[in-house]
Amino acid sequence: MIYEVFRQERKGQPFQHAGSVEAPDERFAEIYAREQYGRRQESAALWLVRRDALSEIDDFPDEFDLKYRRVDGYSIKTRLREAREKAGTLETAPGGEP
Amino acid sequence: MSERTEFILAMADDELILGWRNSEWTGIAPFLEEDVAFSSIAQNEIGHARALYELAAAELGTTADALAFDRRPEEYRCAPLVELRRLEWARTIARHWLYETADEIRLAALKASDDPELAGIAAKMDREEAYHRMHAEMWIDRLLATDEGRTRLNEAVDELWGPALGVLDDELRPELRRRAEERLGRPLPDVDPVPRGAHEAALAELWEEMTMVRRSAPAGSQW
Repeated sequence: MIYEVFRQERKGQPFQHAGSVEAPDERFAEIYAREQYGRRQESAALWLVRRDALSEIDDFPDEFDLKYRRVDGYSIKTRLREAREKAGTLETAPGGEP
Repeated sequence: MSERTEFILAMADDELILGWRNSEWTGIAPFLEEDVAFSSIAQNEIGHARALYELAAAELGTTADALAFDRRPEEYRCAPLVELRRLEWARTIARHWLYETADEIRLAALKASDDPELAGIAAKMDREEAYHRMHAEMWIDRLLATDEGRTRLNEAVDELWGPALGVLDDELRPELRRRAEERLGRPLPDVDPVPRGAHEAALAELWEEMTMVRRSAPAGSQW
């Protein structure tokens, strides 16, 4: 059985995928995860999830190229400059364009 | 040497030699996760040994390293249980479990002692040993769950029972027997404890390997 391990580095932070352990059951998995991802005090907490309990989605069709729904549809740089101009706080970067 | 120091040294030697023996599985344990876990447990045991050696060293006016590496093999006070070499996996787990069970009884007695230094170190060790026991108990459950596992565990425990009794002083032995028999659901053989000091031949070999670097570059050498 494969268990995916998620690790929280400090209290309050989000859990991030750390890796996985193979173990015959949850008890073994907990002990192995503790030793593999916690023995160096590198984790505040761990989450263990059986791999077959995870649902994965990996298809995201975008047939009509709806750029405006994506974050890269906006140029933050241009909008930021416009906002600064409007507010009169535009500074000239040393030796170059603002 | 005071009785107290002798006792501390005996316990330190148990932890050092068992840590060393368990670390011999590093790289060759039955599977990767177990390899990491068992190696980590071995490192903990050696950490406990260091803390105990430091306690003894303060009294003897020496250092933890000198106590760990500069004595002759016959001067070590560890129990023969921890000295045995190349036990296959079922025996390794049986020894691990027998030692952890005995150690729990010994630590409980120390935690209740009126020696604050010893009680303190025992409490600290016990907080880590709790995870070693979880690891050992989970393997015992696993082995007891099948005919083959049970047979191999029982054979191993019978073989190691005399040395296991030797880990504890007379007054604590009945408690070890009681716990082990209850866990295995059967009586254990009526054998004599193999006492400390009755060293296995394997200890000399371990000592050669363990102290090789230290002997080649004696204390005070600059690296």
